[in-house]
This record gives sequence, C-alpha cells and structure tokens, in this order.
Amino acid sequence: MDEAKIDQVIDKHHSKAGSLIQLLLDIQEESGWLSKEILERVSEKLQVPLGLVQQTATFYKAFRVVPKGQHVINVCNGTACHSRGAQHVLDKIGDLIGIKPGETNVNHSFSLESRNCLGHCALGPVVEIDGKAHSIITLDEVNDVIKKYE
Amino acid sequence: MGVVNLTIDDLEVKAEEGMTVLEAAQSVGIDIPTLCHHDKLQTYTACRICMVEVEARGRIKLDTACSSPVRENMVVKTRTERIMRIRKTLLELMLAHAPDSRDLQDYANEYGADRKRFEKMSSFCIHCGLCVRYCAEVKKKSAVVFVGSGVSREISFVPEVASKECWNCKECFELCPTEALQAAYVLSGALITSLPTLAEV
Repeated sequence: MDEAKIDQVIDKHHSKAGSLIQLLLDIQEESGWLSKEILERVSEKLQVPLGLVQQTATFYKAFRVVPKGQHVINVCNGTACHSRGAQHVLDKIGDLIGIKPGETNVNHSFSLESRNCLGHCALGPVVEIDGKAHSIITLDEVNDVIKKYE
Repeated sequence: MGVVNLTIDDLEVKAEEGMTVLEAAQSVGIDIPTLCHHDKLQTYTACRICMVEVEARGRIKLDTACSSPVRENMVVKTRTERIMRIRKTLLELMLAHAPDSRDLQDYANEYGADRKRFEKMSSFCIHCGLCVRYCAEVKKKSAVVFVGSGVSREISFVPEVASKECWNCKECFELCPTEALQAAYVLSGALITSLPTLAEV
C-alpha cells in the first residue's frame, strides 16, 4: 500500500487521533495487514507516538501486524467438531507447521486459526484450507492434506 | 475546598474534598501498601494491593484506596483479616512472576505471603504499568509500551524511539517494583535490533 493511499484514508478521518482504531481498520481493509511503514505514517500524521499506535495495533485481535500466510488454515472448533476431536487435529497441524493458532510461520506459507462453527457439522472435524473444506476422520489424514499445500 | 470527616482504622480523619482514601490515610500516617501508584501519574488500579474495606449504607464493600474519593462519614478499615488475606494472595500471584523483586519480598514478609505457592512464570513484570505510564504521561514519548493483550501482554521498547530517547533518560528504571532488570534487558534488545549494521549481518 503506497503512502498516498494511506494518506487518503487518514484524510477521510480528518487526521483525528480519536479515530485511530477506525482508521487502522480502514487501512487494513485495503492492505490486508498493518506493516511497520503504515504504523509509522499513521503515527506521524495523527501526531500520536509510534508506541501508542503499536500498543493499539497489537492489543486488538482484529488487527494483524504480521501478513497472512499464503495458505490460511481454519480449524473448526465448534461444538460438533470439538466433540469429534478437533482439538487433536488442531494440535497435530500446529506441530506439523510449528506454529500456534493465530500465528503465521516464518516463511509465510501458512497461517493457522482456530474457528468456531464453520457450518459443516456433519463432516466434522472440519479443516478449511483456502476456503476448501476437508473432513479429517483420522489424525493420519492431517499429513496428507497439509502436504498438498506445501 | 470543603473538609470531609471520615474514619480510617478507628481514627477520626479530616480530609480535603477531592482527596482519595489513600491520600487521606497517608496524611495521618496510616500505611497502605501500593505498587502501581505514583503521585505524578493518573490512577491506574492495576495492582489491587491497596484494597481496603469501605462501609457504605450498612454494607462492607471492597475498594482500591488509590481510586476511591473520600466521602463524609465514610468508615474505612485497612487491616482486617479479609484484607490481609487478599493482599497475601495478590502478593503470591505477583511473586510467581517476579520472585526476586525486593519490593514484593518486603511486602511478602509483612503479609506472610509464600513465594512458592504458585508455579513460577518468571516474566519479571507484574504489569503495574509504571514505566509505560510514566513514559506516556510525564515524558510524553511512549518509548516503552504494552504490546499484545491478555496473558501475552508484555512491556516492549519501541526501537525507533528508544534508540533516540532512552539512553539519556532511563527514569523509568527506578520506578519498576521488580527492579530494572527487565527494563534494561528489553531496552538493550531493542537498541541492538535497531542498529541497521547488526540487523543486516
């Protein structure tokens, strides 16, 4: 996201420090995540110390200060999937990629998220990768499914 | 300024309107422990160690002395059995994070807190926010801030700001109730990563 575009969003909020959260949300809508350059620009334009902008951006779960991975893995942990062992699936995937839910791995190939009901309860436990739902019946299947995306 | 009459630990106290219970107690030499309180900073009520019993409308209610304003005919008790028990547990929880803190150990001796009661999770930080608030409110730099939320919240220096401001200031170090160890550690880490030559190697 270039500087002009960031400035455009900031101007829309009249460069008000009180609009920080709404403004960051709007920028993230466009850019997908909040890079350090974005936070620095916002801090400069709003006259809010960079530290406070960072504090806000890291406090709320809605903000991402790390870009999403190439593949986004959503593990359903809704009631149906949970009772069919979704937690074990989540742990297994986490071990395999080496990250915890909510994190992205170092080479940005995978992001892992624990979600509540994804709406495919009959298939549970369900793992959704890049929008495609996979039904995981045995833990061994986890390896096969993840491998397809590596 | 009107005068407010209240009772603290069976002692009649005359306080000024707008004072807090903590200030009123200190004015007559009654000691209430504090960790996150600082005269120059806004009230924060993070550590809860200044908890006192306040009698209001026939009921006894718990409140933090640093935040509750004095009221006419208020009855405050600062050292009941219940208060001592609360402070003891709070200290034990904080000691799990900063077992070697001098301030915490002094209070622990006073309140009989067992520093081994809870499993250690040494982060050195008890989230009193003194450094963060001092930097934001007094120095207006926000070079040290909280990052993250919930259990993963921790203090962090902003390298870009810290490398310019902190070396000549360091006023937050002595505020830290768990000693400056953590602050110094995080600061040096932040300074090193902000050096481009080292980061690029």
